[in-house]
Amino acid sequence: MERYLSAYFQDEENLLRAAKDLKENQISILEVFTPFPVHGLDQVLNYKRSRIPTIGFIAGAIGAILAFGFQTWAFVYDYPLFVGGKPNFAIPSFIPITFEITVLFAAFGMVFAFLIKSNLGPGSNNKIYDERITDDRFLILIDYSEETETKIKEILEKEEAQDVRVKENKM
Amino acid sequence: MNQNYLLTQKTKKLFLLIGGIGLLLLLGGLFMNLPDSKRIWSNVLINNLFFLFIALCGAVFVALHKIAYAGWHTALIRLPEALLSFIPVGALLMFLIYFGMHDLYHWTHEGLHDPIIEGKIAYLNTPFFFIRMFLYFVGWIIFAYLLRKNSLQLDHATDLKYYQKGKILAALFMIFFAISSSTMSWDWIMSIDAHWFSTLFGWFIFIGLFESGIAFLILMILILKRQGYLTYINKEHIHDMGKYLFAFSIFWMYLWFSQYLLIWYSHIPEETIYYATRLNDHKVLFFAILVLNFLIPFFTLMTRDSKRNLKWLSLIAIVVLIGQWLNIYLLVTPGVMGAKASIGIFEIGFIMLYLSLFLFVVFTALTKAPLLRKNDPLLEESFHYET
Repeated sequence: MERYLSAYFQDEENLLRAAKDLKENQISILEVFTPFPVHGLDQVLNYKRSRIPTIGFIAGAIGAILAFGFQTWAFVYDYPLFVGGKPNFAIPSFIPITFEITVLFAAFGMVFAFLIKSNLGPGSNNKIYDERITDDRFLILIDYSEETETKIKEILEKEEAQDVRVKENKM
Repeated sequence: MNQNYLLTQKTKKLFLLIGGIGLLLLLGGLFMNLPDSKRIWSNVLINNLFFLFIALCGAVFVALHKIAYAGWHTALIRLPEALLSFIPVGALLMFLIYFGMHDLYHWTHEGLHDPIIEGKIAYLNTPFFFIRMFLYFVGWIIFAYLLRKNSLQLDHATDLKYYQKGKILAALFMIFFAISSSTMSWDWIMSIDAHWFSTLFGWFIFIGLFESGIAFLILMILILKRQGYLTYINKEHIHDMGKYLFAFSIFWMYLWFSQYLLIWYSHIPEETIYYATRLNDHKVLFFAILVLNFLIPFFTLMTRDSKRNLKWLSLIAIVVLIGQWLNIYLLVTPGVMGAKASIGIFEIGFIMLYLSLFLFVVFTALTKAPLLRKNDPLLEESFHYET
């Protein structure tokens, strides 16, 4: 049984200041839910930079090799056709398809990597902490312990947090 | 923090040194192997275009960000504005080609008995050519003057009047430039091969123009930072400039290939002749411009850290500038000189002479106004933003 504390903010400025204060007092923040990206929050929560671009590059490179390789195999080895006076291994005509497949692979690679990494998509079982986190409110989840409770409440009150509650995690 | 740029004696000497070495190389080239008039005029045209394009990019940079309501560039706005001051000089140099028309443009010759060129005579004739040229320069110089004036007025503005006025001005300039940049590329570059035409030629030239301008702006930031100015330009600004360089190198390649693929595929002799002369006579250059303008910037600027490193970015910017110069070289010389064209110390001397003049004009213009536009409503945004 894990206990945590949840609170809402109306405004991202309050959320950012509260998160900063909590971090300064060595209180660990479990999760923050925001309706849009908040500038500066990544640094406060010490998040590392996303590795999605690397995945995009690798997936794109695989797509490029696959598309170019397949066309070479099909047009040169498997079924050579004489088209328009061009050689069978006609690189310029392979480029548009290679380009498209590269983009497709890179895009899908990044989307699926994101879905898997953030545990979204079909079959995932995410806990909805509150209905309003899918709407327009900024929710913060804080690791709860008896010693820090007064400090947490003090910080939250200063930043006009609403609906502060202690909840239990049943998982 | 808000100061004027000071052109020191040391910097002036450096610019003079570049010009001096250029002149020596030029004379050396003249004495070693006297170039014919075609080679001299094609050099004049190439360098005119190359430096005029960088100057025009200054105007595009200012206007583009203005109508896009962008705020990030406000702290470095004086740099592209300084580029504008070269447009009148570029105009004077461009009118010099009046004396080289016969060498540069085959269609100006008398008694050609060429049905294709005769069909184009309504557009391609010397008087109309210069009327158009006059109109472009009048438009560009007036807009450059007004944009600059508006920017100087913003220095002392207390309300949003000049800011709004600048927006209308920028939009009008963009309309004028959209048309004039296309037609100028037909006039000055595409008409060299008067038989051949390409419908996306104007965009291709425009992207090259933007790319070389951005590369030059990056180098300007480096020079100014080295001399202790622009302390407020941080990694975020550098990152955005790097993104421009990266993205437009891809777009340049995209347009280059779009033009090439269709001509290669349809294989019509009057179209392929354009690439045949370039590919057969200048094979190394033909592939070199693809490496310099696309492959190198694409692979070296792919990661975030490489775009945020000003030294690394400047190195790539130099590569791109060389690539863009060679691109214009390859657009002009094969049509003028055919297989004889080659790059020697004469060409390098010519570039350095032009570069010295260009740097002198631009950096002198930079001293004329404070490096920050004080009362711009978006200035604060430019200091605090994340890429």
